[in-house]
Amino acid sequence: MQALTNRALPVDRKPMSFWEKLYLPAVFKGMMITFSHIFKKKPTINYPEKQRPFSPVFRGLHILNRDAEGRENCTACGLCAVACPAEAITMEAAERLPGEENLYKEEKYAAKYEINMLRCIFCGLCEEACPKDAIYLSETFTPADYQRKQFIYNKNELLIPHPKENPEAYAKALGNRAAKGSVNA
Amino acid sequence: MNITTLLFIILSVVAAFAGIMMITSKNPVHSILWLIVVFFAISGHYIMLNAQFLAIVNIIVYAGAIMVLFLFVVMLMNLNADTEPVKNYRLRLIGVISGGSLLLVLLAALMDIDKQQLVQMNVGDAGLIKELGKNLFTNYVLPFEISSVLFLSAMIGAVIIGKKQ
Amino acid sequence: MFLSIDTALIIEKLILIVVVVSISLVVAMYTTFAERKVAAVIQDRRGPNRAGPFGLLQPLADGLKLFFKEEIIPNFSSKFLFILGPALAMLTAVMTSAVIPWGDKLHLFGRDISLQIADVNIGILYVFGVVSLGVYGIMIGAWASNNKYSLLGGLRAASQIISYELAMGISLISLLMVTGSLSLKEMVVQQQTGLWNIIYQPLGFLIFLICSFAECNRTPFDLPEAENELIGGYHTEYSSMKLGFYLFSEYINMFVSSVIMATLFFGGYDMPFVNEANLSTNVAAIVGVVALMMKVVFFLFLFMWVRWTIPRFRYDQLMHLGWRILIPLALFNMLVTGAVILFLDR
Repeated sequence: MQALTNRALPVDRKPMSFWEKLYLPAVFKGMMITFSHIFKKKPTINYPEKQRPFSPVFRGLHILNRDAEGRENCTACGLCAVACPAEAITMEAAERLPGEENLYKEEKYAAKYEINMLRCIFCGLCEEACPKDAIYLSETFTPADYQRKQFIYNKNELLIPHPKENPEAYAKALGNRAAKGSVNA
Repeated sequence: MNITTLLFIILSVVAAFAGIMMITSKNPVHSILWLIVVFFAISGHYIMLNAQFLAIVNIIVYAGAIMVLFLFVVMLMNLNADTEPVKNYRLRLIGVISGGSLLLVLLAALMDIDKQQLVQMNVGDAGLIKELGKNLFTNYVLPFEISSVLFLSAMIGAVIIGKKQ
Repeated sequence: MFLSIDTALIIEKLILIVVVVSISLVVAMYTTFAERKVAAVIQDRRGPNRAGPFGLLQPLADGLKLFFKEEIIPNFSSKFLFILGPALAMLTAVMTSAVIPWGDKLHLFGRDISLQIADVNIGILYVFGVVSLGVYGIMIGAWASNNKYSLLGGLRAASQIISYELAMGISLISLLMVTGSLSLKEMVVQQQTGLWNIIYQPLGFLIFLICSFAECNRTPFDLPEAENELIGGYHTEYSSMKLGFYLFSEYINMFVSSVIMATLFFGGYDMPFVNEANLSTNVAAIVGVVALMMKVVFFLFLFMWVRWTIPRFRYDQLMHLGWRILIPLALFNMLVTGAVILFLDR
């Protein structure tokens, strides 16, 4: 049989010499290897005190975006639900009534918007599909819970805090997304 | 009654009780555990006779090695109370007769004893390692060597039996 | 004769017993912590560092957790023996410390207090006897669990300890031929004035070291509690503090065998290059205890170091090593020692 590469080494089946049969030198060599590891730098990070920076492409929990005046971006067009390979998104559309202009950016909005976090695979296709920059994936993990129904996130849980009423929480939820330059406020 | 006598009585009662329990226990594992208690009581007696070496060797060899092997075999064969074979009437009769005659011989030997000197406590050094070694290699050198040859032959026999399979 | 011992001596010995037992318990506690730390640094991790500063309260947290765990006794087990098992394991582990000379004598309240609970003239044989009984805790617990994995673990423990006890005993005999005494105190005094026994008995020490690894059921000889083959071996059915007793007794055994090795081969409480005669009694005693503890810490580290380096033996390899390598080697060592002693005496 032709070898694929020339890296394969033939197995050495020579009988062991007396020195090898003693095993003690080999044991000692192994112990020296483990001993040298005591002085190696530990790659562990003490998690809650120190946190590893997220990669710029990290995809965590979804956030429904608002614009700078605090109006919801989502128009309930359903493109995200269509794009979702896991079919985790459901929504119901409603028409904006007069006097609600400060709540919703366009004349149609999502009355109900749910994401099942147990189905979601965090692929980010909803973010790519959205024409209004209404949904994006943040840098938070899905928190653990005791019940499955808690993982179906409704609109209130997904919406970003109001930028006027609660600017600190808004900035925090925005994260380094502003730095990424993809936000059209 | 001084404390030595008290200790002697306690140890003797423990030894006798554990011996009876060892014979009457249905479960072989319990029998072995009772036998270990007997060995400990006997080692206590050795210590009271100022024979610490014998006491500790008794524990190392009998309680520490032989009984472990017994326990090992019993556990390995998974002997339980219900696997004990039912002995027939004749076997029991023979057992009673042989045990009874041993008891008679021991009682007869007890009759002969000098009643003034029942037990010697804490005197004599025959059980200490130095005296024991000297005795073994001077007065009792022939029996000692013969028994070592016996053990050697037993060892070789075990090896041969093991090799055959 | 027992009543003639004066009360002060009884009190002194009682205090010493309490101190020694609690020290061995505390050391065993912190050995569990050290084990986790050593394992961590060898594997490039950090180890427990949450409970208290540097994780120093971790053993307390572990113990507390074990106490509050649910206690489970299997239905089809002999309940008395099931409880007796861990108790015996713990008892035999602690009992060994009675004959160990922890240091020279202290001079307090006008009395010379020997830092040894009992200087019996058969000290090393006592240790050997108690160690040989240590397997009962494992075997009784294993049998009483009424579980096939426990039983297999118990059987492995029994055959392993018996096999390695032989080689250990024979290697001890050659040491005893050199020292000519069974008393541990006497051995330390000899090593204080002369050379350490490791110089006379390097091969004997190696055999003793390997056998004590096997007697403590430590890797690479931890077959009785092989996690992946026997689901924990003899303590499969144990939970709560009874499991804690088993685990704890292993660490006490490690501590005690480290002390024994230090005492037999490395001069016990003898601090090298320090002439104890020049110091006052109390200072010399404290220096001695510190020296002994330093040696013990080294051996404990060795135990852990080996555990995180060498994988477990296969069972036939274990038996091969014990019966066909260590015992002949120990016999050879005994023969050579005897010949050399005979030659030098003449």
